[in-house]
This record gives sequence, C-alpha cells and structure tokens, in this order.
Amino acid sequence: MLSIKNLHASIDGREILRGIDLDVPAGQVHAIMGPNGSGKSTLSYVLAGREGYDITDGSILFDGEEIVETPAEERAAKGIFLAFQYPLEIPGVATMTFLKAAMNAQRKARGEAELTTPDFMRRVKASAEKLNVTQEMLRRPLNVGFSGGEKKRNEILQMALLEPKLAILDETDSGLDIDALRVVSDGVNALRSPDRSMLVITHYQRLLDHIVPDVVHVMAAGRIVRSGGPELALELEANGYADYVGAAA
Amino acid sequence: MNAELRSLRTEAETALAESFAAARDSLPGSATVKAARERAFAAFEGKGLPHRRTEPWRYTDLRALMRTVPPRAAGAAAAMALPADPLPGLDRARLVIVDGVWRPELSDLAGLDGVTVTATERLLAEGDERLGGQAGRLDDAMVALNTALMAGGVAIDVPSGVDITRAVEIAHVTTGAVATYVRNHISVGAGGSLRVVETFVGADAAYQANVVTEAVIGDRAKVVWAKLQAEGATAVHIGTLAAAIGAEAQFDHLTLMTGAALSRSQSFVSFGGEFARAGLFGATMVGGRQHADIMLGVDHAVPNGASRELFKAVMDGRAEGVFQGRIVVRPGAQKTDGRMMTQGLLLSEEATFSVKPELEIFADDVQCAHGATSGQIDEDMLFYLLARGIPRAEAETLLVTAFLAEAIEGLGDEAIGEAFEVVARDWLARRGRTVAP
Repeated sequence: MLSIKNLHASIDGREILRGIDLDVPAGQVHAIMGPNGSGKSTLSYVLAGREGYDITDGSILFDGEEIVETPAEERAAKGIFLAFQYPLEIPGVATMTFLKAAMNAQRKARGEAELTTPDFMRRVKASAEKLNVTQEMLRRPLNVGFSGGEKKRNEILQMALLEPKLAILDETDSGLDIDALRVVSDGVNALRSPDRSMLVITHYQRLLDHIVPDVVHVMAAGRIVRSGGPELALELEANGYADYVGAAA
Repeated sequence: MNAELRSLRTEAETALAESFAAARDSLPGSATVKAARERAFAAFEGKGLPHRRTEPWRYTDLRALMRTVPPRAAGAAAAMALPADPLPGLDRARLVIVDGVWRPELSDLAGLDGVTVTATERLLAEGDERLGGQAGRLDDAMVALNTALMAGGVAIDVPSGVDITRAVEIAHVTTGAVATYVRNHISVGAGGSLRVVETFVGADAAYQANVVTEAVIGDRAKVVWAKLQAEGATAVHIGTLAAAIGAEAQFDHLTLMTGAALSRSQSFVSFGGEFARAGLFGATMVGGRQHADIMLGVDHAVPNGASRELFKAVMDGRAEGVFQGRIVVRPGAQKTDGRMMTQGLLLSEEATFSVKPELEIFADDVQCAHGATSGQIDEDMLFYLLARGIPRAEAETLLVTAFLAEAIEGLGDEAIGEAFEVVARDWLARRGRTVAP
C-alpha cells in the first residue's frame, strides 16, 4: 500500500527527514512513536502533500505509484487521508458544505457521480451517530467553537465518510480525555479493514492500548531507528526515548 | 494664507465648468435651489477635483485618475431593455432610475402601501428643504458637484409607525457614456421600518455616476440598507450616503463593491439621538486594474450610541483597494461603544490594499477600538481543504466566500444577505475561470 524509500525532506534548508524507509502493507496498522522534534509530524505532512517541503531524495510509492510530485488534493482523491493533530477552525465554511465538497470532489476525481443530497445526508447521519457528532456540531462552521475532543471526532467522521485507503493519524490522542479517547479509538477501529492501511503517529503509548498496531516503529532525528511488535510501545513507555535521542544525536 | 494655491484646471475640471455653465439655467429647481447650485459649484471650483493632498481622498487621486468627463445625461432613451437582474431571486419593489431619471413605468411599487415616492425633480421645483439637509453637512468636492448638477432621483417617505416588510430597490442603470448626478432622499418616521437595496449597474461605457443619497431615520426606526455597486467595467462610480439616525434607532448598512474601473463609496452616519445602534459593513471584490475606495465617517454626536464597523476587501490582479474609516466621538458623547475592523485579502502579488482607520475621541467614558489586517489566503486552512481532496480553485473560493460572509451576514437580513452572497460567489466563479489554465 505505502512504500517509502530513503526519503529526505527539508524545510527552509533544514533537513527534517533524513532517509526514511517504511513499508505499510494493505490492511495493517503501523504506529510511529518518537520524541518531540523527531520529524513525525513532518512525515505526515510530506505524505499528505503539503507544500513548502523540499523532497531532496527518495520516493513515496502509494499503490505502486510514485506520488512525490502529486498535489495534496490528488493524493486525497487517490485515497490518502490525514487526520490533523490540530484540525483547522474555518469560520464561514459550514461543516456540511465542507463535507459535501470534499466527498463530491473525491468522487469526481475518481470519475464517480456526485452524491445526491439525501444520500449524502444519510451517510453523514449514520457515521455521525457512531462518533457522537451531534447535529448541532454539524450545523456550526467547520471546527469553530469545537472542543479538542469534538475536533478529533470530526476528523474521524471525515475519515469514515471519505473511506481512504491509507489513513495517517497525527497525534490523534493529543488533547483527549479518556472518554473521548475511547470514542475516537472505537471510531478508528471500526474502520480497520483488510484493504485499508493506517499509520498512527503518537508520542504516547496509551493510544496504542486502544488502537492496537501490527508494527511499531521508533523515529528519531528523521529516521526510523527501530521496528518491532506492539510490545515495543510498552518498552518505550517504561524507558522513555532517552536512548534514542542520545543514539540519534 | 489659508487659500490653497490651485494649479491650472485639469481637462476634466474645465469640462465640468463648461457643463455647469451650459446647464445652470435649465437645471430643475426653485430660486433657492438655483442659489444653492451656484454656491455648491463655487465650492467645487474652489477645491477642484480631490487629489492626494485632500486627506479624505488621499488614496484616490481623482484629479489624476479622472481625466475626462462625458456629457451630462440628457434623459433616458425612450425605449430600452433593462439589464439582467443583479440580484435574482430577491423579492423587492423596484424604483428604476435610468441615466439619472426615475422611470415610474419601469418600476414596481407593490407592497409600499402608506409610502410616498416622489421624483427628485419635484422636490427641486418646490425647493423642498429635505434636499441638502444631510448632504449639506459634508465638506466634499464631489458632493458639492452633485448638489450643483443634481437633476433626478427619488424621494421615499415612510411615515411614523409604518413597517414596510418588502425590500425596496433603488436601481440605478446607466445606458451609455454620460455623466449622471442623482440625488435621492429617504426618510423613515419614528418607529417605522424599511429595507433598502441600492443597486448600480450599467453599460460597458465610460460613464460617470455621481449619486448622493440622503437619509433621515427617525427615533426607534429600523432600517436595513444594502448597496450593490456592480457598475460597468469602464465606469466611474462616486456614491455618497449621508444618514442621520434618531434615538434608539437601528441602522444596518452593507456596501458591496465589485464593478467600475474607479469607484468610491462614501457613507457618513451621524447619531442624533441616544441609544441608537449602527452596523456598518463592507465587502469589496475587485481584480484587474480596478480601484475601489470605501470612505466611512461615523459621528457619535450624542451619548450612549453603539456602532460596529466591519469591512472586508478582496483584491486580485493589480487591483487597488482602499478603506478610510473615521469614528468621531464628540465631547459629551459618553458611553459610546464603537468598534471598527477592516481586513484585506490579497489574491495576487500585485494587488494592494491601503487602509487608514481613525478614531477621534473627545469624551472620556467610551469604549472604542479599531483594527486592520491585510494578508493572503491562510496556507494552513487551504492545506486542510486540499488534504480533503477539494481542488485548489474550489478551496480558495470557499475560503474567500467565508472571509466575505462575515461582513455580508453582519447586515442581519437573511434574504438580502443571501442575494449578496450569490454576487460574491459569482465573482469568485468568474475569477476561477479567468485564472484556470
């Protein structure tokens, strides 16, 4: 599904990713853990196609296709979804308008017919109920006045509606209390499927109690420095990142 | 020593002097009106066209920008097709003014029971004192020019206690390369209500529309007033609103500017009674080489007044946007609450936005603030939309519409607001087509 080889990326002349190698096969959930400043969020932005990064070397294959030069909106239409660490508040854009624009834009890019309004409403209602996203939230401008938990639930709602092949969850647990974490995790787990891959980026192990990964990678100073099973997360929780920060420096 | 040294008349000033000399005997009006015209033209000649050292016109150097003046309109063509409806879907009565003259036969006055509509020509003939009552306070060369040459328009009179729910449009249509000097007057009596839409459209011809609208809004009256400046692409638009609002009145005013090569929209609002509230909003959308200037003057002359000012401007291409806003709090106008914000959004490297917000406060117990920002489309917001698969042009349209919506919705009139948002979206759609490869 996703195959990253020797990926180097810089911003403003500063190299953040220094040779990432990562393979996420279809249907698997991989976690990336690492200390602050290790390049985790940069990796998520580079995968989603954010402008402003210079990809100086390496490749990103998605479904076997090179996407390094592909604009963000086309990557989204191909099935890459980024759940933002800090979802943007966009005053003046109604949540429903946004959801419909996103769903129909992706359908159009794939050559599918646009959703009818009743079909759209039905899909939103079904997914929103599962994620405890209220009608009142859907009536508000996008993320405006939402609590941290509401914003994250809204991200997972978008993921459920857009049905991506690859979901990148960037620090989805940040700002969530334990109840909100459960709702969000349940929402994510419900979307696990044999043809959908996930890359779960997190600083803390606790999210991985709820979204149990197949593989855990440790990232430090712009590289994957260690990979292992779910038990690796527990080890990190116990020992911290000190070993890796030292090793990478 | 105060006399300003006048440079030689420009070609346009000469043309205006000739135009006034030729028209002074035939322009409508009583002896009082004729005397007022002479005084006004003398005032105009003394100042000349505003230029960059005329502080309120600092960013719109009319002396340099308005090189020539087309002939004064000589009444509308007998038969003509009205241009496309600029606000499709908005139900409203219509008073249609063609080339400066009100045309009752093209108008629709349904829903205006109790309201008196009079041609400005009649007010001029009768020397009606309503004319000049508000505009006379203004020290502005272009308003003086309008007073000297005003020849048509309408007066709408809503008696005390009368609520008019159907919106009333004053539709200004210009059909060719002429100069028009329209004077309108609107009065809403105590406790009355009115929803006014002023529209400006015209041919693709180098016409110049100088329109002054005076308004007297009585105590406890409620008035919503939306202006759509969608003049022809090569036109010059100089529009002025001079309004006085009474005690406990509510006045909400939106100016949307998208047309004309050169435009200046002036709104002057004076608080004459306590506990009145004014909401003043603007949305400018210009591109190419358009120049659009908004001048706002709010005069808190009495205590306990509140005003909210929110002006948004979107500039594309090499367009120049201008906002000058001045809130004055007079001595004794305690407990005044005035907040002015202006925000510019630049969609290209060459576009500019010039802003001069001013507060002049002569009372000590007031809450006043002003702010101004100018920037480009927020990259973080844009990426969020792109990352959901929304194409760039559509994402930009969503963000720009959202940017303008706050000002348009500020008017607080859903039906008019929706019609104006359609105008904004159409502008963005046209822009999308012109930038697409």
